[in-house]
Amino acid sequence: MTGTQPATAGPRGDSVRSDLHVAFTPGDEALVIELHSRVAPYYGEAIDTQVRNVLATLGVGTGRVAIHDGGALPFVIAARLETAVRRAGLGGESRALPEAHPRPAPSTRDRLRRSRLYLPGSQPKIMVSAGLHGPDAVILDLEDSVHPAEKDAARTLVRNALQTLDFGAAERMVRINQLPLGLEDLDEIVPVAPDLILIPKVEDPSQVRAVDERITAIQERLGETRALWLMPILESALGFEHAFAVAQASPRVAALTLGLEDYTADLGVRKTPEGSESLYARTRTVNAAKAAGVQAIDSVYGDVDDTEGLLAWGRRSRDLGFEGMGCVHPRQIPVVHEAYAPGKEELTRAARIVAAFEAAKAEGRGVVSLGSKMIDPPVVERAVKLMGRARAMGLSVEEA
Amino acid sequence: MSAKTTWEVNAAGRKVPAEVNGAAQVPYRGVRAHEPSGRKAAPPVRSNRDYPADGDKRVPNLAAALKRCGLRDGMVISTHHHLRNGDRVALDALQTAATLGAKDLVWFPSASFPCHAPVIDLMESGAVHHIEGSMNGPLGDYCSTGKMRGLGVLRSHGGRWQAIQDGEVHVDIAVIAAPSADSFGNADGSHGPSACGSLGFALADSLYADRVIVVTDNLVPFPCLPWQIQGNNVDCVVEVDSIGDPEKIVSGTTRITRSPDRLRIAEHVARFVRDAGILREGFSFQAGAGGIALAFVDFLAPMMREAGVTASFVRGGSTRYLVKMLQEGLTRCILDGQTFDLDGIRSIASDPRHVPTSPFTSYNYHGKGNFASMIDVVVLGATEVDVNFNANVNTHSDGRLLHGIGGWQNCLFSGCTVLAVPSYRDRIPVIVDEVTTLTGPGELVDVVATERGLAINPRRKDLLEAVRGSDLPIRPIEEIKAEVEALCGGPPARPRLTEVPVAVIKWVDGTVIDTVWRVKG
Repeated sequence: MTGTQPATAGPRGDSVRSDLHVAFTPGDEALVIELHSRVAPYYGEAIDTQVRNVLATLGVGTGRVAIHDGGALPFVIAARLETAVRRAGLGGESRALPEAHPRPAPSTRDRLRRSRLYLPGSQPKIMVSAGLHGPDAVILDLEDSVHPAEKDAARTLVRNALQTLDFGAAERMVRINQLPLGLEDLDEIVPVAPDLILIPKVEDPSQVRAVDERITAIQERLGETRALWLMPILESALGFEHAFAVAQASPRVAALTLGLEDYTADLGVRKTPEGSESLYARTRTVNAAKAAGVQAIDSVYGDVDDTEGLLAWGRRSRDLGFEGMGCVHPRQIPVVHEAYAPGKEELTRAARIVAAFEAAKAEGRGVVSLGSKMIDPPVVERAVKLMGRARAMGLSVEEA
Repeated sequence: MSAKTTWEVNAAGRKVPAEVNGAAQVPYRGVRAHEPSGRKAAPPVRSNRDYPADGDKRVPNLAAALKRCGLRDGMVISTHHHLRNGDRVALDALQTAATLGAKDLVWFPSASFPCHAPVIDLMESGAVHHIEGSMNGPLGDYCSTGKMRGLGVLRSHGGRWQAIQDGEVHVDIAVIAAPSADSFGNADGSHGPSACGSLGFALADSLYADRVIVVTDNLVPFPCLPWQIQGNNVDCVVEVDSIGDPEKIVSGTTRITRSPDRLRIAEHVARFVRDAGILREGFSFQAGAGGIALAFVDFLAPMMREAGVTASFVRGGSTRYLVKMLQEGLTRCILDGQTFDLDGIRSIASDPRHVPTSPFTSYNYHGKGNFASMIDVVVLGATEVDVNFNANVNTHSDGRLLHGIGGWQNCLFSGCTVLAVPSYRDRIPVIVDEVTTLTGPGELVDVVATERGLAINPRRKDLLEAVRGSDLPIRPIEEIKAEVEALCGGPPARPRLTEVPVAVIKWVDGTVIDTVWRVKG
């Protein structure tokens, strides 16, 4: 067999759980499967059958497969096996997709995006129940959380996760790699219908357009019309200077966000918990986003144990005009939701303004007033928007 | 097991032997069906005549003590497990007995730990015949693969008291490791370099054994205060350099799980306790030192603060989380069965509201009530639960012995029993059609809480009614099972077991609820 070589995929070791190691040696002899599994008494036969099916789908009928399994779910087994086969130089254009979970309804441009839960693309275990924790979005990450040598493996694993896992009501986001590698990610990811793509380290609108064009080409080839939004991430001094152009670069852009680790490094300043060094970048992001009519989404708060700090950060972020932020652990989700929820007084006031507006409309008056104060139209508009968002958050606006 | 063993099918539908290690057995008859008769067992009458008038019962070493206690072949030697995986005394006692030439001993620990694995060598050499007590790790594998000569007998903490009290197990020599003791034999667990808190598991042994040896590494002048073991029951006292490794006796600090799924389970359970109206002034609960149970306590405390309620008592395994509640005034007292961390030790040694208890007060079913059944809610674990809420805590799903019963069976009698379990572990679903081993009947299990939702036993219409309208994910157990099986790639294959018994599981009343079978291979 020419152009092929032995290859491996997946983590190896006795402490591996919910994942597996695959060693594949191409050859001309009849297929040999050597299986060591923690769950062999219960799923040994199922694994053997699955391995044969996956290899058949990939056009592999010979060679030797050695598996050390720490109780991986079937979508993980399929992904690791496919990665090993591709690394060995086989598999061609075939894909060994797991059973499809019914696709949720397409996401909308202005949906609630308070929290997005980061899921490293190399760690299958935490993907499985991510949706249970109730984030507004999950973000399967192919970029910083994945070792450069494992990009292909993560891409396949994330693809299988999107195809088969139930993420509940969460919007399904993927952070691709920096271009040009990110464009290859799209080839694998777009066919399994994610809802939104995060583009890292955007400095120029042309990068957003390149992603848009690639997505459009793939979708046209598949005859797919499902909405697929973009969220560019600004992470450099230059990026923030181009914020407005980036936000406007494609009609797919639904939100603009930022990354502060690279930015503070770029500036040569220390990243502080309180964040004054990034205030300009953050307010610039908000302004550019609003000017382009898209959402402004904040970065993450890294200290998982500091709930108070997270709440304070989230509240300041909301006051600046952001509509959500990233979460690095599920326990941050309820705190973030609390931080971005309007306060009771704010809601009560908004409800009064809307009521006054409705009353004025009913009476045919052009001027809306609350008590002795006249209310300007933008104030009414903001109150209506706030009430709408509060309803989407499940807050009881009627009582307010 | 002799070829002529007869078998019976008990009230739970499980096949159990009519005889275990030569003693006739009563098959399980139902949760509250078995009616005991007769009188309690008692140790022989002793006389001051035979003990030193000055109360000094010290002997030079364990060998001298065992000889003085009349060590003979076939004796039942008991130890307690308050020193957990740091214990040095149980193994020392058995090895010393072996050196003295004893054969066919029965080791009757209140639980065994991985540090006791060398007992395998004593079973191989013939010094120890078999173990009656929890077995896991290497001991569990030794028993599960049919290498042990006698049948293992697994009992709950309460069941162990019941077996001693009812005369089902006669302890010949009890060896009690004591973190503090005086030369008369008064002993305490909450002070000394090897402090472990409560000594409750050793109490029955001290009361009912023919002979009692106290082993300590912290001999204090008479009187040892407070005393949890009374010297009047003790035959001799042995002073040693060390009874255990303090780092393995208690954890420096117990930690809450960081697993998002387990935190979610714990939070659900806490919210359930609140929403079902169990959390109210004067309520009581029990939660152990497992990751989910600790997190449950941490979620419950702020809910109690918010509701402005105080618990009348909580039951340990005590940890710093319970101690914090006591100090804050969220509970009136801690009734402590075993003490898991340094904060627990400090608290039990200094706070009169933190009380050591024994399996007699807490768990024994053959008494005039016990604390476990007075508890409003208890949070427990399990390895498997079936769709009828029957649960297994003893064996892996492949049939190998994994855990002892601990207080688990006894706690099932609480007002509300919650099994807090992940919906699957390493691809193996926790909710199954039929449990591999039956440790507790489903009629006593009220809620199964997983990260995918809470299943309430349909028998508990009151609980279903109480949480109606709550935003908790309350779901039928079959639905959770189906969802997990879809994720795991179908239901798991059934374990392949032999027809050869290796151990039996006792119910709290001494009847046999199930048999553990030898695993293949």
